[in-house]
Amino acid sequence: MTPSASLEQSNRFTHFCDLIAHNVSCERDDRILFENLSLTVQKGDLIQLVGPNGAGKTTLLRLMAGLNQDFQGEVHWHGENIQRCYQDYARQRLYIGHLSAIKKVLTPLENLRWFVSSWPEVKEADLWQALADVTLAGYEDVPCQQLSAGQQRRVALARLLVTPTPLWILDEPFTALDKEGVAWLEDQLARHVAAGGTVLITSHHALSDIPALRYIELGMHK
Amino acid sequence: MSLVTATIKRDLVIAARNPGEWLNPLMFFLMVLALFPLAVDPDPNFLAKIAAGVVWVAALLSTLLSLDSLFKADVEDGTLEQWLASGESLYAMALGKAFTHWCISGLPLTIVAPLLALMMNLPENAYSALFFSLLLGTPILSLLGAVGAALTAGVRSGGLLLSLVILPLYTPILIFGASAVYHAGIEMEYLGQLGFLASFLCMAMTLTPFAVAGALKLNLSR
Repeated sequence: MTPSASLEQSNRFTHFCDLIAHNVSCERDDRILFENLSLTVQKGDLIQLVGPNGAGKTTLLRLMAGLNQDFQGEVHWHGENIQRCYQDYARQRLYIGHLSAIKKVLTPLENLRWFVSSWPEVKEADLWQALADVTLAGYEDVPCQQLSAGQQRRVALARLLVTPTPLWILDEPFTALDKEGVAWLEDQLARHVAAGGTVLITSHHALSDIPALRYIELGMHK
Repeated sequence: MSLVTATIKRDLVIAARNPGEWLNPLMFFLMVLALFPLAVDPDPNFLAKIAAGVVWVAALLSTLLSLDSLFKADVEDGTLEQWLASGESLYAMALGKAFTHWCISGLPLTIVAPLLALMMNLPENAYSALFFSLLLGTPILSLLGAVGAALTAGVRSGGLLLSLVILPLYTPILIFGASAVYHAGIEMEYLGQLGFLASFLCMAMTLTPFAVAGALKLNLSR
C-alpha cells in the first residue's frame, strides 16, 4: 500500500464510532458460552479473541458483526442498536468468516469484483493491484478450483486492501496461510490500526509486536 | 453495480461454466416427453388429448429437480453470510435469486416446450397458449420453489422435504396452466386461465421474497 493511500484512509476513518457490547450473554445447547460480557471497541483498537475450541469466539464475533441475533444483551454502534442501523453499520465494517465465499469456478478477479460490488468507488485497477499485493499476479484469470487452499484464502483477504471500511471483523484469517502470508497479514493489521482503523479478530496465532493489541479470553465457564 | 445485479451476473456466469446444472432438468423434460408416447397408446388423437397435462407436469417436475441446489451452495461456501453481512436488502436478493433460477430453468423450458409438444401431437391452436402459460407459470414455480429451497437449505438431504413443502403450492399453477393449454386445444377461451396465472405471478413476486428472506435469516443465525 502506498503512503498516500494510507493517509487517505486515516482521514476517512476519523468518523469511526465506538462499537459497544452491553452485557451480552449467549448459550448454545444449554451450555453458557459467555455471560454479561461487556466490551468497548474504539478507534485504533486491535482486539484478539482467544480461548479453546468451542469457547464461543466465532459466536461473539458474529454477534458483534450483527449476523447473529440469538443472544441476550445489546450491541451498540454510534449509540444505537446495530440491528436498528444495520445498513449504515454494514457499510462501515468488513466481515470475513472462515467460510471464504469464494466461488470455485470463477477466477480470483471475478470473485473480488463480486465482493466489492457494494462499493462503486472501487476501481478495476485497484482489484488488479490488490491481487498483485497478495502475490496472485498471473493467477487473475485462473479458476479458483485450481488454486491451493492458501491461495484461495489470499483471494478472500485481498478484500482487506480494496474495501474502504474502518472496522475489520476477521474469523481465523490465518488459516492455510504460509509464513509470508502470515507476515503480510500481520503487517496489514498493524497498518490498518496505525491508520485509525479497528480490528476484531479470532485466531490461535500469537500476534506479535503490535502495540495496540488487546486480548479477550473466553472459555472461563465450565 | 449493486450487489444484487452483481450476484445475478455472477450466478449466470457460474451456470454458463457448469452447463450440467441447467441441462440436466432440460434433459429430464425432453426424456419424459420422448418416452411418454412410447409407454401409452401412440394414437395421435389420444396423445393430443393428454398433451397439455403431460407437458405441464413434466415442466413442473423438472423445475423441482433444479430447486434443491438453489441456495445450498451459497449456504455452504459462505456466500449467503456475506449477503447478510453486506446489509443489502434480502428481499431484493431473494427476488434476484428466483430470477436467476428462472433464467436457467423456466426460460429454456418455455422456449423448448412448443418444439417438444410436437412429439405429443399438441393441437395446432394450443401452441401459443402453451408458450404463454409457461411464460407466466414457470416464474411462479421458481418463486414458490425459492421459499422451499430457502427453508431446506441447511438440511443435509432436503430434497424430499422440499418436494413435500412445495408440491401442494404448485398444484393451482399446474391446474390453471394445463387447463389453459387444454382449452386452447379444443378451441375454447383460455384468457381467463392466463389471467389467473398472471395474478398469481404478481402475488408471488411481491410476497414470496419476504418468506425467502425470513427463511434464509433463520438458516444463518445459528
